[in-house]
Amino acid sequence: MVQPVIEIHDLTKVYQMGEVEVRALAGVNLIIDRGEFVAVMGPSGSGKSTLMNILGCLDRPTTGTYKLDGVDVSELNRDQRAVVRNAKIGFVFQSFNLLARTSAIENVELPLLYGETGWTRQERHAAARTALIRVGLAGREEHYPSQLSGGQQQRVAIARALVTDPAILLADEPTGNLDSRTSEEIMGIFQELNEAGKTVVLITHEPDIARHAKRIVHVRDGLIQEDERIQQYRVAKRGIPPPFAALAQETR
Amino acid sequence: MKNSVQRLGNIAVVGLKAISRNKLRSFLTMLGMVIGVGCVIVVVAIGNGASQSIQSTINSLGTNFIMVFPGATTASGARIFTGNSTLTPEDGDAIRTEAPDVAYVSPQVRTAAQVIAGELNWGTSVVGVSTDYPMIRVWNVAQGDFFTDSDAKAAAKVAVLGATVSENLFPNGNAVGQTIRIKNVPFKVVGVLERKGGNMMGQDQDDTILAPYTTIMKRLSGKTRIDMLYVSARSADSVQAAMNEIDSILRQRHRIGPGQDADFQMRSQEEIAAASAQQMNTLKTLLLMVAAVSLIIGGIGIMNIMLVSVTERTREIGIRMAIGAKGRHVLIQFLFEAITISIVGGLIGVIGGVGFSRLVAVKAGWPIVVSVESILLAFGVAAFIGVFFGFYPARKASRLDPIDALRYE
Repeated sequence: MVQPVIEIHDLTKVYQMGEVEVRALAGVNLIIDRGEFVAVMGPSGSGKSTLMNILGCLDRPTTGTYKLDGVDVSELNRDQRAVVRNAKIGFVFQSFNLLARTSAIENVELPLLYGETGWTRQERHAAARTALIRVGLAGREEHYPSQLSGGQQQRVAIARALVTDPAILLADEPTGNLDSRTSEEIMGIFQELNEAGKTVVLITHEPDIARHAKRIVHVRDGLIQEDERIQQYRVAKRGIPPPFAALAQETR
Repeated sequence: MKNSVQRLGNIAVVGLKAISRNKLRSFLTMLGMVIGVGCVIVVVAIGNGASQSIQSTINSLGTNFIMVFPGATTASGARIFTGNSTLTPEDGDAIRTEAPDVAYVSPQVRTAAQVIAGELNWGTSVVGVSTDYPMIRVWNVAQGDFFTDSDAKAAAKVAVLGATVSENLFPNGNAVGQTIRIKNVPFKVVGVLERKGGNMMGQDQDDTILAPYTTIMKRLSGKTRIDMLYVSARSADSVQAAMNEIDSILRQRHRIGPGQDADFQMRSQEEIAAASAQQMNTLKTLLLMVAAVSLIIGGIGIMNIMLVSVTERTREIGIRMAIGAKGRHVLIQFLFEAITISIVGGLIGVIGGVGFSRLVAVKAGWPIVVSVESILLAFGVAAFIGVFFGFYPARKASRLDPIDALRYE
């Protein structure tokens, strides 16, 4: 039996807001297998951000267990979680979160600076270049974020998430700041990566975006309300032009 | 191990890049350090130069040197210096013969005079001394000879010119053998002294004429008392013994009992040197404190900028943490940035300080001694300040919660 990449049991998260206890997660069970494309949906306040913080090892659950790639990460301390984030998780954020005044390639190299495996400059460069090619940004290595469009910036962010070859891609509203055409492009990249075998977890509140996933998990009031498999998911128009697509094929 | 060293290097480079991304701000922050370090170096250089030049002028007074001045006389209960000297040439002779620790004694009588040589004239001070004087002052003749004991005994009208006087009266440098007129009395020039330079007060010691004290007293001033006695002890160790001997001889000769106020005063070279060294130290401490304050202000500037920088880059810190930077990676990054700013600032300060010291030496003609210690001290303090004032902002950055930091606008 293949081990699931994410395994969550009875996960709760309680925030202490002064006198009041806020129950953001009230006992979540979720198993995500390798190679899945899951959208986590829910209105604001549903607990999906809390779930995403815990999935991303940015936060710890109050009770319950979380196994990521077969390792229990629910009891790790700050530094240990940093190591897990670096090696196992690729983040893509709504607001891109690239470093300003830093070239695209340097942004992509960033996770490699903090990795447990020592990378030489050349290795970092090569890995970052490959990741940029994969998202269709060959030739833009030296551009600064301010010189790139929103969609291109998000692609740089995706390349940064990919560069360490993580167990999951965790995308938090990745199209929230993009127009619908660019959103479609970005979803195309996620789908392509998923087809190549990457596990993608997408947090969103937009049904249109969620329709690109193969499975939608609905969260409400800190609980998973519905877990649906989508047979007829929406296939995005692929954003990567053919020559780059061929290159991307090679680098897989 | 190799990996973590490599990672450390990478993170250090991240800190460096942050400096180069904010050139103007980094430069302004550095400026605090530059001024602080430069200030310390210049101040110490000027202080050292001043005290060294004072030490050398004190040394130029002579060796194992004691000055005996006429002192307060007690007249009807009021202790005043009447202007009437209590010292005589015989006091000097007595000290010379009776005090075993005294090597040389020379009386001194001074009078101001306009000196004429041919068509030229020069106003200077004419000083009557004995033949011991060149030994006491360690002051040799450059041309000709010093006058002799028999000149002194006979009150011969001979003179030895200081270098400045010789230049002004005999621009061609042929002073020896010529005749000069001091207050209409003709003197034969027997020698010219070597150049000695300025004294502690900045007076030109070479602007003087030396003649036998007997001649000055009999033929020029008509005084029977002398202005002061120059005494030289046999060695540096015997200065105190010599002073005790002089004290008892003079008390006996002036009939002053022990415990009574003496009518003379003594100053040794050591006392003069110690007094001036103390003054210099006070001055140096004061200047150093001012410089230290500017260093601390520079350090606070670094802390201020680093705190602003941490707040401004909260988002960046959040991103770095999200993609796997540990707290200590962020700490090292910001600490390295602060240390680099202060060390580079310190280096520029050292270069600027040394350069400015040279400039002062050349332009103002001040004696400047740039010491290696002050450079090392200033530089070390700069590095320490970088760590000290950089640590708090860096630790603040490293303790940020990545979730909050990512959400920070």
